[in-house]
Amino acid sequence: MDNEIIDKVAGEGDDYKYGFVTDIDTDIIPVGLSEDVVRLISAKKHEPEWLLEFRLKAFRYWQTLEMPHWAHLSIPEIDFQAISYYAAPRTRDKAKTADEVDPELLETFEKLGIPLAERNQLAGMAVDAVMDSVSVKTTHREKLASMGVIFCSISEAVKDYPDLVKKYLGSVVSYRDNFFAALNSAVFSDGSFVYIPKGVRCPMELSTYFRINAMGTGQFERTLIVADDDAYVSYLEGCTAPMRDENQLHAAIVEIVAEDRAEVKYSTVQNWYAGDREGRGGVYNFVTKRGLCRGVCSKLSWTQVETGSAITWKYPSCVLAGDGSVGEFYSVAVTRNRQQADTGTKMIHVGSDTRSTIVSKGISAGYSENSYRGLVKVAPNATGCRNYTQCDSLLLGSHCGAHTFPYIDVMNDTAIVEHEATTSKISEEQLFYCNQRGIPTEEAVGLIVNGYAKEVMNKLPMEFAVEAQRLLSVTLEGSVG
Amino acid sequence: MNALDQYIDLYEANAATVSAHSAGALNAARADALELLKRVGRLPHKGEEGYEKTSVDDMFAPDYGVNIGRVDIPVDLAAVFHCGVPTASTWLGAVANDKFVPTESLLRNIPEGVTVMSLAAAAAEMPDVVEKYYGRIASEERGGTPLALNTLLAQDGVFIHVCRGVKAAKPMQIVNLLSSPVPLMAVRRVLVVAEEDSDISILFCDHSRCEIKCLASQVIEIYAGKGAHVNVCDMEESSSGTSRFSQLFAEQHDGSELKINGLTLLNGITRNEYYIVQKGSRAVTTLDGMAIGNGEQHIDNFSELSHSGDHGRSNQLFKYVLDGSSSGAFAGTITVESGARFNEAYQSNRNILASREARMHTKPQLLIFNDDVKCSHGATTGQLDQNALFYMRQRGIPLAEARMMLMQAFMMDIIDNVGIDGLSERLRHLVERRFRGEEMMCADCNAKHGV
Repeated sequence: MDNEIIDKVAGEGDDYKYGFVTDIDTDIIPVGLSEDVVRLISAKKHEPEWLLEFRLKAFRYWQTLEMPHWAHLSIPEIDFQAISYYAAPRTRDKAKTADEVDPELLETFEKLGIPLAERNQLAGMAVDAVMDSVSVKTTHREKLASMGVIFCSISEAVKDYPDLVKKYLGSVVSYRDNFFAALNSAVFSDGSFVYIPKGVRCPMELSTYFRINAMGTGQFERTLIVADDDAYVSYLEGCTAPMRDENQLHAAIVEIVAEDRAEVKYSTVQNWYAGDREGRGGVYNFVTKRGLCRGVCSKLSWTQVETGSAITWKYPSCVLAGDGSVGEFYSVAVTRNRQQADTGTKMIHVGSDTRSTIVSKGISAGYSENSYRGLVKVAPNATGCRNYTQCDSLLLGSHCGAHTFPYIDVMNDTAIVEHEATTSKISEEQLFYCNQRGIPTEEAVGLIVNGYAKEVMNKLPMEFAVEAQRLLSVTLEGSVG
Repeated sequence: MNALDQYIDLYEANAATVSAHSAGALNAARADALELLKRVGRLPHKGEEGYEKTSVDDMFAPDYGVNIGRVDIPVDLAAVFHCGVPTASTWLGAVANDKFVPTESLLRNIPEGVTVMSLAAAAAEMPDVVEKYYGRIASEERGGTPLALNTLLAQDGVFIHVCRGVKAAKPMQIVNLLSSPVPLMAVRRVLVVAEEDSDISILFCDHSRCEIKCLASQVIEIYAGKGAHVNVCDMEESSSGTSRFSQLFAEQHDGSELKINGLTLLNGITRNEYYIVQKGSRAVTTLDGMAIGNGEQHIDNFSELSHSGDHGRSNQLFKYVLDGSSSGAFAGTITVESGARFNEAYQSNRNILASREARMHTKPQLLIFNDDVKCSHGATTGQLDQNALFYMRQRGIPLAEARMMLMQAFMMDIIDNVGIDGLSERLRHLVERRFRGEEMMCADCNAKHGV
């Protein structure tokens, strides 16, 4: 009876409100990928020799690889020679204060809800804003610096803290890891670098906002977060892109290192442009995210709300190497129209007494395909490990697909590993219950979906939770909230 | 070297002999199988998707003899008569390596409407029926090169046919015996056709008396017509030198009920594949599996259950207890096709690792293309409940005994659910002996199998 309403609710949505383009003078290099391009990118960023070598090694390795096809995705052929690998808004040097930022850029980020002027901000968050290939502005740096926290773009970090970057870059995600990791290592442009020194609890949320603006480009950013002994940081990531008919590639790498008793919380609200209702345009989001819990009793928590992208292909992972370390993964992935997502996590238990929790909630609507793919692995010498996995899928509409591919590999007899998954549609009883109490079906669907995702939403930092909840509502329900 | 090549060479050199000792539909299917094998050119290797922990290539790699000339290999059929599950009354038949041997009582007592005979003979005597089903339920798309290899070399096997509306009063028991003085590959083929509203239970017992390496390649095809009830219990109790590669394909029509139990009590290397398609609506499937491993045993179960009709139900439960250096793998997929409404599908995989060296790999999957479904899967891997062990020891039960009792209790829901009268009771006894590590002697069979 309510199928039409659900179809309507799921199929329609409001317009993508971040789909505008900023008309700004952009320094963009010609399309194509070769060693010369890699050298050019490196030269443009005035990089030291060792980094150029790193890029070239990765590029040469990438040339030997073929695009992988194992995911449950149908990806049109990508012409890697038709993409421009570097695009930068043409400004003077990086802005020190908000007044120095190009007003056009400032307006863009204001429009996106990311105030770059510090006086305008809630005091609780420092932002690194990345437009296309470069970091535009990083706020609150001085305040952070006073505590020894380094928060800057990775290009600056290469110049200012070469030893740190050299020590950690590629230590978690090697350039040989996979096809897109190799590509990113060769051409990565900008991203954020965070270093929390020993014993420091970062006083505010750190946040990076990624924006693709230029046409015919890809974004290849690289984020590196290092939490030294007893440190704590909560890091947020957001992303949007303009509406275009063409597909744009976003292949990022996020590396996290947590030392003894350190804790890192990484939250993502991913809202890249998802393409129109027929599946034209949209961003290909092929990301490698991995954290290494190197120290004893360290903790890494991934929380992600995935609503955008034409195709999402990412598995934020934890390598639990330190004894007693903890990995967490909370995810809500929403797909509608023609979107496709193959996302999940990997929990690699290497140390003893390591624990991991995976909660994944998939919601698919329209003609979309939503897959959870995860790996839980317990190494032979990792004693006393514990994993709990729960992945649920909610289906709205009869043309969409929801799939689950968990891989569980246990090589130690003291491990306890549990996996549970369910797939169903919104229950008629729940809808009926709401209707009975005078809640229209559209609104009821919104309520039920929000309730369903609550477990994950609760893990988001406050600033993000409000945004994410709203996003979930508009993505699925148009005007329903 | 590629394991497949030796079999292709063997076939090409002896194509005429292979066909001469077989008949009709079995021979007709060989050309396509050969074409596929040549095109793909290899058997699956370890690490490939779906074959994460088992290399089919390695299983087929040893230089096994294939009895294409149908030379009589002496098999002690006396063992067959002792194998009967004493408490169960069954019609008994045997397959010696890959040759069907009916017992006197089977020939005398089989009721009207039920046919049990050699597959090759059936293909010659009733070609219409065999052609209609043989190789139609097993699809190359799913079975791949291992299926094609079986089709290429299969010369005989068992044909079971139950006419419309006939309800077999007793279970059919087929004892598969592997016995040979030289390394041997037995290529078996089983075709079960249960017509509309019929009812049949079949118990397959796999025994190996090989002191040397043997391989059983088995393909079972099951057709369950409208409203048919088919209950299959496939029990393996072989030896550490035995490899078994089994594929079971089933097609279910409106309102049919299919129940399959795969029990691996003792083995060497085993790979069981189950491909079940619910074509009609209101079909019900139960697929259970149990594996007990120790030593160097390897047990790999793989299932693909597809719902393409409305109102289908399916339930899968696989349980493993792994001790010693044994390894287990389970990969199960539930697919609900687009347009298949109101389906309910559940899958569960529970494993106990009882030693440090035991390994378990699990991959339960859901592929859902419709919103009107209720599907779930669950998987756990852990060890025996320490509290329960402590409780029992507190009450004076020795550790080994307590462990054994818990493991046995763990398997109980599978054992109780086999659905063949008398078999559950027998299984309970067998499983207990198995856990105790006592010499395995299946029922009263004379064959001793070292654990």
